[in-house]
Amino acid sequence: MPVNYVLAFATLLFCVGVYGVLARRNAVIVLMSIELMLNAVNVNLVAFNSVAGLTERFAGQVFALFVIAIAAAELGVGLAIVLLVYKNRMTVSLDEVNLMKW
Amino acid sequence: MQTYVFLATAAVSVFAALRLVTAKNLVHGALYLVVALLGVATTFLLLTAEFVAWVQVLIYVGAVIVLLLFGLMLTRAPIGKTAMDRQQRLVAAPVAIGLFVVTMPVLWRYFDGQTISYASDTGNTASVGSEIFTNFVFPFEVVSVLLLAALIGAVFLAKKD
Repeated sequence: MPVNYVLAFATLLFCVGVYGVLARRNAVIVLMSIELMLNAVNVNLVAFNSVAGLTERFAGQVFALFVIAIAAAELGVGLAIVLLVYKNRMTVSLDEVNLMKW
Repeated sequence: MQTYVFLATAAVSVFAALRLVTAKNLVHGALYLVVALLGVATTFLLLTAEFVAWVQVLIYVGAVIVLLLFGLMLTRAPIGKTAMDRQQRLVAAPVAIGLFVVTMPVLWRYFDGQTISYASDTGNTASVGSEIFTNFVFPFEVVSVLLLAALIGAVFLAKKD
């Protein structure tokens, strides 16, 4: 299987995630789009691991595991922030948390 | 053979991702994310990374989706269709498409001709595990400290006071 196909899949997922982060209003959907982007990066890492010729033979997969762990930690803290914003402002619409806008 | 299965999986996953970012019903969006993440796990299996595939299913589909659904429910996400998105939709689509158009030809041309090598590794999981604990033991410990910090931070931020 040519590795181009897997890279194209990862790039597509990443760009769909970018669109989701920029265009959606609910903060939880934005967090989901960020998870989509991190998964695209993981697909890239594991694909480069499978292409022959690495000195450390599983560096890509180990790196992907670390990205999964970091993504889980970031999601926990991100959701805690979203819950705090909801508790204070009664909304999670990103259009309405604009106190620091000029 | 692997190419056809991979193309089918990738098509399903990208379709689910597109439905996620255009979903009017937010809980449907979370379920589309489940499909997209399962497609990514299948891709990992097709790239002979079975430990990463299983960790992906356990952590992402198992825990992260449940956490996101809790977040949707606790912030009183509208059950049913919501109103339209932000006005930046008209700017976001060209940004995303432009990013794809800029990145994809470079990647395609540079990695043309290289193929996935299905090396005969008996026991991928054991090899990945031994590599984590010999070559990558320091990042492993740092990630443990990071998870502890994130846990304490999340509990402190979300507690009732």
